[in-house]
Amino acid sequence: MDSLLDPIFLSRLQFAVTIMFHILFPVLTIGLGIYLVVLEILWLSTRAEIYYRMYRLWARIFAVNFAVGVVSGVVMEFEFGTNWSRFSALTANVFSPLLYFEVMTAFFLEAGFLAIMLFGWDKVNHVIHFLATSFVAAGAVISATWIMAANSWMQTPAGYNIVQGKFMVTSFAAVIFNPSFTVRLVHMLSASFETSFFAVAGISAFMLLKGNNVPFYRRSMGLALLMAALMAPLQVYVGDRNGLEVFRYQPAKLAALEGHWDTNIGGGAPLILIGVPDMEAEKTFFQVSVPNALSLLVTHTLTGSVPGLKEFPREDRPNSFAVFWSFRIMAGIGFLFLFVMLWAGFLWKRGRLFHNRPFLWTIVSVQPLGWLATEMGWVTSEMGRQPWLVYNVLKTVDGGSPIPSGNVLWSLGLFFLIFLAVGSSYFYYVIKILREGPDITSPVPLIRRPAGVGIMETRQETQQRHEGGQK
Amino acid sequence: MTLAHLWASLVGLAMILYVVLDGISLGMALLFPLSADEKDRTIMMETIGPIWDANQTWLVFGGAAIFAAFPPVYSILSSALYIPLMTFVMGLIFRGVTFEFRAHSVRKAVWDRAFFLGSLVAVLSQGIMLGAILTGISISNMQFSGGALDWLKPFSLVVGVALIPGYTMLASCYLVMKTEGAVQEKAFRQALWSGLAVLFFMGVVTVWTPFHYPLVWKNWFSVPRIYFVWSFPMLGLVAAHILIKSLKARRETTPLVCAVALFLAGYFGLVTSLYPYLIPPTVTIEDAAAQPETLLFTLWGAVIVLPLVIAYIIYSYSVFGGKVGGDHYYG
Repeated sequence: MDSLLDPIFLSRLQFAVTIMFHILFPVLTIGLGIYLVVLEILWLSTRAEIYYRMYRLWARIFAVNFAVGVVSGVVMEFEFGTNWSRFSALTANVFSPLLYFEVMTAFFLEAGFLAIMLFGWDKVNHVIHFLATSFVAAGAVISATWIMAANSWMQTPAGYNIVQGKFMVTSFAAVIFNPSFTVRLVHMLSASFETSFFAVAGISAFMLLKGNNVPFYRRSMGLALLMAALMAPLQVYVGDRNGLEVFRYQPAKLAALEGHWDTNIGGGAPLILIGVPDMEAEKTFFQVSVPNALSLLVTHTLTGSVPGLKEFPREDRPNSFAVFWSFRIMAGIGFLFLFVMLWAGFLWKRGRLFHNRPFLWTIVSVQPLGWLATEMGWVTSEMGRQPWLVYNVLKTVDGGSPIPSGNVLWSLGLFFLIFLAVGSSYFYYVIKILREGPDITSPVPLIRRPAGVGIMETRQETQQRHEGGQK
Repeated sequence: MTLAHLWASLVGLAMILYVVLDGISLGMALLFPLSADEKDRTIMMETIGPIWDANQTWLVFGGAAIFAAFPPVYSILSSALYIPLMTFVMGLIFRGVTFEFRAHSVRKAVWDRAFFLGSLVAVLSQGIMLGAILTGISISNMQFSGGALDWLKPFSLVVGVALIPGYTMLASCYLVMKTEGAVQEKAFRQALWSGLAVLFFMGVVTVWTPFHYPLVWKNWFSVPRIYFVWSFPMLGLVAAHILIKSLKARRETTPLVCAVALFLAGYFGLVTSLYPYLIPPTVTIEDAAAQPETLLFTLWGAVIVLPLVIAYIIYSYSVFGGKVGGDHYYG
């Protein structure tokens, strides 16, 4: 990074801007997709109208979100070539098939069934419609799988040889199931689920505080919190497992994100909770730390040796100040979510979940934090990978395109403006959809029994009918 | 047939599928300024609403396939065509979000403009990129070695403009199939003048290209191409003739078939002119092919998954078949 006008620096900045914008949307697509599948299962099994109404509202938001995700994603596909053409040319044999399979097995699946899911209620039977919802949700998860395989390969490369400077595949299985793939995939999926469920809960809590459509939003929030309750502890656990992989395969990244400069010999390494890592001074100032805790976390012993950042040549050190803080913000939010869920469990036991106003306000306030945590996690992961593009093999400075800075300045500026416009419009329309609220008057589709008789009643009503001889 | 050649055919198929399918959506937006009112524009959007995303995905697939099977083509062209490619993608952003944003907005005029401008920018960029590839890309050592504005040439701009009637032709023939009443009536007329304009531009480009390109001239007159390269303009003229006749006779499906045939004629003409070069005149199919393991892995993927993809996409289209009537997906 020579100067602000260096094409590599600008290309990095542009990739950061485009990917940090883009990722906001698939996170919700992945999580809300699963929420909608659950809603449709509840609708089909209980026949309770409220689940259909919930589906239709959250699906409207899903649709808007999906569109922005798609168009911002197209940018990413071409950006590997436009700004990182050397990386693309060198790693293509290994890297590009993963993106190719993503398009073929995930994007087509989502795109192919989205229309039926959103508009096909009265054109297909309930089985086909449910399959459509499931395929769209599955497509989002499959998409994440391939992308995490590709990105994880850059972090912990495997399954390749280098012949005359080019990466050649030796085993696609090893490429895909590279060492960090599984844990990072689960971590990202869990992050998407958790963020989305908290988002639904937060929106619902806000509506409850305003007294809008109380039964509707109670059900929405309850279901979302139940699903979030499964995710919050899982995410903390998987985060820890992720850290272990980073320690094993990317020790420089771990040292940087922990602000750990000196390899501990003899005693255990302290876990620095807060502090100010200084790249020049090679120290973390103003630190508040817990003795031996870092050794405990990553080596599972009280005195295990943890390589410090000073072990690595200066030019191979990631920016510790950046990743130290991005990591702490992310982890902090992860724990915050966990505590909020514990509080929720406690309130639920007492039957006060939907009435406790401080709790509802808390849910509303923490709602955007899932996205912040996701972004901070990615900053940690990708800035922590620097100066490498392919870890320990290909440096970022060697991966750019033979293009002038002017090109990148131009596109970076335009993307920034475009995403500002599209992003604000997105918020505007999502809020509009929420203001309009659930549609509770239009007809509910029939679910036909095999005998061909349409049934619109709930289980309760069926029971009453049999008992009371009504209808 | 080598693995690389097999892959080239697959990439070629993906590209023409994208051009035709998304051409309908892009063309629809280009027809917006000629539409009568907001109601008509909503109808126009509803004809493509359920299919635009799947159609666009063929572009993403084509790009990924080129990256996987012919990596130097992907890396060279992306750098060489940086500005038109980024412009193309930016245009796609605006036209894509319009489908959802317009539906929820009261003042639809803003989004009508975004839809039109985004699509116009995308169409012009596409043509510019194609024209630039034909006029030559500076390559040394399998890397782009030219300037940032090499693509900006009169020929590229003409190709960009030439795509406009091509896509309005596709879109209006699609409207003829999917709508009724005033919208359909208008579409019949639009398809007619679009078709004539396409013929004109195809003539211009067909004559101009070999003058730019000694390679093309040579290819056309060498054996064995000299035996069949003339069939494509013939096919094009026949398709154009039937198109005009069927439009005058108020047929509803034949026009679209002919319009697609016209595109295919042009496309195959282009392919035969340039074979075996992927980036004329320096990079051939064999030059650019990825390692055989990659080609095989991805080809197996295509063989297993693509037929399924095509099947469920056709199913999805059939669910929304018939005329666009009272359904309101986007309004």
